[in-house]
Amino acid sequence: MTPVVRTIAALIFPFIIIFSFYVIMHGHLTPGGGFQGGAIGASAIVMLIVAYGARNVKKKAKEESLSIFESIGGLVFVIVGIIGFVAASSFLYNFLVGEPLFGTIPPFGSNPGILNSGGILPILNIAVGMKVIGGLASVVLVMALAGGDEE
Amino acid sequence: MNTDWLLQHSPALIIALPLLAAFLMPVVDRISRKARNVFAIIVLIVEEILVLFLAYDVFGGNPHIYTMGAANPLTTVPAQAAVPIRIVLEVDAMGIFMAMISATVCLAAGIYSLAFIEEEKGKGKYYTLLLLILVGMLGMELTGDMFNLFVFLEVLTIACTALIAYRSNTGDAVEGAFKFLIISSIAALFVLFAIALLYAQYDLLNMAALASAIQYSNLDKIALVLLVAAFAMKCGSVPMHFWTPDAYSVAPASITAILVAASQASLYALFRVCFSLYGVTLNLSTIGGALIIFGLLSMFVGVTMALPQKDIKRLMAYHAISQTGYMLLGVGVGLYLLAKPEFSTYGIKAMEGGIFHIINHAMYKGLLFLTSGAIFYRLKTRNLNEMGGLGHSMKWTAIFFIIGALAIAGIPPFNGFASKLLIYEAAYKVSPILSIIAMLVSILTLASFVKVFHSAFMGPKIYDVEEVPKSMLAGMAVLTFVIILFGLFPGWVVGNIVHPAAQALADQAAYIQAVIGG
Repeated sequence: MTPVVRTIAALIFPFIIIFSFYVIMHGHLTPGGGFQGGAIGASAIVMLIVAYGARNVKKKAKEESLSIFESIGGLVFVIVGIIGFVAASSFLYNFLVGEPLFGTIPPFGSNPGILNSGGILPILNIAVGMKVIGGLASVVLVMALAGGDEE
Repeated sequence: MNTDWLLQHSPALIIALPLLAAFLMPVVDRISRKARNVFAIIVLIVEEILVLFLAYDVFGGNPHIYTMGAANPLTTVPAQAAVPIRIVLEVDAMGIFMAMISATVCLAAGIYSLAFIEEEKGKGKYYTLLLLILVGMLGMELTGDMFNLFVFLEVLTIACTALIAYRSNTGDAVEGAFKFLIISSIAALFVLFAIALLYAQYDLLNMAALASAIQYSNLDKIALVLLVAAFAMKCGSVPMHFWTPDAYSVAPASITAILVAASQASLYALFRVCFSLYGVTLNLSTIGGALIIFGLLSMFVGVTMALPQKDIKRLMAYHAISQTGYMLLGVGVGLYLLAKPEFSTYGIKAMEGGIFHIINHAMYKGLLFLTSGAIFYRLKTRNLNEMGGLGHSMKWTAIFFIIGALAIAGIPPFNGFASKLLIYEAAYKVSPILSIIAMLVSILTLASFVKVFHSAFMGPKIYDVEEVPKSMLAGMAVLTFVIILFGLFPGWVVGNIVHPAAQALADQAAYIQAVIGG
């Protein structure tokens, strides 16, 4: 791609990633969540693949490390679920309610949205987000590499 | 760790454990080849033990309920609501019966794979996907929630597709996987649409709560047709069978054995929808008649298509269709006769036959596919005309093949005989023609396997090959052991395992009671 496209892609990349984190982190408050935010994050990597070519992207992010990243996302989800019945009462039990981390119970009625609430939901959203970023990006990367693009 | 605690949480643990192991697999894979193999086998064995442990309690007469994320897993209906809104796992005798099949087949296939895929690439991913298939099957079989059923159906589909295309250097494998993917996606969309129809009317996703609220409106009938068509598609019943020969024949043999169990998970979902979801509101004779017709078509078309095949796995795949027909016939006759009070004991008998046939078929067809894989492992061909004389050098494989072939043909004392006899007897009450067709199909099955045995194992020694590695023999031995056990003690198996499963399926009131009844 031309230098114009490459420069713009490099400039926009951090903002897309930040937006992706925003959607993931606010999954329990606003529309969106782990999957949607993860898809936005993966699309940032896809943009780099289009602008710089799959081979250049592969130097920075191998599909192996992406798939490890994806596995960690899956592991976090299942482990949080299992902690639910080892430490508390049932699988995926929301054991963080009342704790300092994400444990605030919001007051009844309308409020602007308290980020530090939701218990295990934000953690599950982050896990799903990691899984989707890793999974989608590695799928597109492998397909672009197999397609044999020249750049 | 006390056993009560483990027993209470085992429904969730059975699904969570292989899921955890599947995500750990890429990490373990980096340590060493041996660590990966040991890890996979240990997980499969622990899974089998957990399932049998839970099964022992469920067959003792305690269906298990597990509510995800609740303060007490047994309270399905939260204090602030009138209906179950959380995901509920409902493990009754039928569900755990299917889970036993899935866990056993996956264990045998996992052990078999150790040597079988030794020369292939991407073995870490192979085991990850194998465990995900197990997650999908067990999830479908243990869940009591319609949307959860759909999610696990998708998990199963994606993992199966990837493994069918495992030998992606051949064009056939990709074609088979593509066909499977298309059919499965259409079926999954049908299921999703049907769930949407039910959810829009009743605001419910829990199967037991839906079953108690269902009105049998026209929309419900449409949903029923969509669900029956989708699951019949997924279980490979004629006239939606055309993906089975392609997918079964190109997948690695160990995966084909698992695919048989995966098709049966869809068959289970079909029965669960007919009996537990629609049940009393259903016009039993009509839907029973439809299942009988599906069954007869599958039996007859499957076996007649199998006779002229030259590819050993394609031949077995057509037999799998034909055997699925027996299960549909058995349960269809059961539904048909349950509607007539004077014949209801025969109805239960027919269902026992159909359900017993599910586990028998998973065992012997799994075994037959594994033996075909053993032949492929040594000769690198699936063409029957290029085989011959293997009985001289591959004695154990030949013995396992004979046991599998006699069991599928329904020769006593193997397990196929017991379940087929139950089906013949009960089908005779509906119409003698049904029994005659079933027996005819059985004879044709025997003829076809005699042909395979003759062309693969008999004759002068042509190839100088050795017996397959020990782990492959061990995988086949696991299934053979079950076949012989069930063949020698069919009365005990029917009385203690199959009868409770058939009762659990037929007794819709108990299914609803377990979740929402006080």
